[in-house]
Amino acid sequence: MDADQRRSFVSKSSTVAVFRAFLLRKARQILSLISWFASGKRLYRYLRLSASICGSTLFLSLSINAQLPTPALPPASPELEARLKKLETELRCLVCQNQTLADSPAGLAGDLRREVRLLADQGKSNDEIKAHLRARYGDFVLYKPEVEPKTWLLWGGPFLLLAGGAGVFFFMNRRRTAAAAPASPPASALPPDQERARKLLDDE
Amino acid sequence: MNDAAPNDAPATTIPAPGAGARVWRYFLPLAIFFGLVLFLWRGLSLNPREIPSALLNQPVPQFTLAQLHAKDKTFSAADMKGKVWLLNVWGSWCVSCRYEHPHLNAMAKAGVVPIIGLNWKDQPEAAKAWLQRFGDPYQLSVMDLDGRVAIDFGVYGAPETFVIDKTGTIRYKHTGPVDEKIVKDTLVPLIQSLNRG
Repeated sequence: MDADQRRSFVSKSSTVAVFRAFLLRKARQILSLISWFASGKRLYRYLRLSASICGSTLFLSLSINAQLPTPALPPASPELEARLKKLETELRCLVCQNQTLADSPAGLAGDLRREVRLLADQGKSNDEIKAHLRARYGDFVLYKPEVEPKTWLLWGGPFLLLAGGAGVFFFMNRRRTAAAAPASPPASALPPDQERARKLLDDE
Repeated sequence: MNDAAPNDAPATTIPAPGAGARVWRYFLPLAIFFGLVLFLWRGLSLNPREIPSALLNQPVPQFTLAQLHAKDKTFSAADMKGKVWLLNVWGSWCVSCRYEHPHLNAMAKAGVVPIIGLNWKDQPEAAKAWLQRFGDPYQLSVMDLDGRVAIDFGVYGAPETFVIDKTGTIRYKHTGPVDEKIVKDTLVPLIQSLNRG
């Protein structure tokens, strides 16, 4: 009996010890992770890494057989360069969908930048270039959707919500002031019988 | 105990002005919650990668490109006029293409439809070796070395598959790898009905 008890106690305490060691180890790991993050350079590197994931996953998938790089074009004049840069920020990369054409490291973005440049070289205007890409990739390629019947709700939605909120606010405000205005002593709101009964009870 | 009764009584016997509206107000947050659930249910189940093609029911973009296996010969979309055909965008660098390839092979073997391969931004030697290894379901493949024809087709990732009818109109576009279910349930019935029409 006694020996059994002791054994069970020992085994119990050893599980506690194991658990404590486990907790300590985890705590140490978390601490080291925090200190790792705290060093600014590492943090910067981490952010850079996550930002380039879109490009690098592409790179990984290409590591067996490489996709051909986008053929280079002769450098553009500074004015054209500036114009293209601005245009590229208004177009969406369809691979890294939350990036503009200007920001995306994906291969397709490179191809599309080249396409934009070639169209500009043909003398097409910004609107013509956008229309060209829109005919191929749909509305999604525009980072800023056009204002047209289909997108009225999209553009006007926030203002509609604001107006709705303001309406509710005014309505409730008016009702509150209307409710507060005829406020006479609350006691008189009760019918005379009940009022009398209450007085009697209060006196007790 | 006795105190409680008269205090409660007025509240129950005399309805406060606008009590109905007040009860309704308690259910409003619940209604808004369920509205949100409904919207999010729908919104979050949509796949943002599936962009509706702007080219559906549009004439197939015209192109003329050199063939992969015969560099001196060209192929243009106009050559397929009068036939229902498939254009499949692929590359030896594309991992998902390997996944869909057996299904294309099976379709080619069954003689369902002529399949033309658009070899997208690929090294010709690597592409040929890839076809040798995994089988060649294509009537022929053309080389889109700079990716401009792919842009004309609104391609944003390989593989993509277009179904083109006899008049040269794009009838269907599938983004991502084709699998058995898509072949059976979508592609084959569509091709059959287009061939009849």
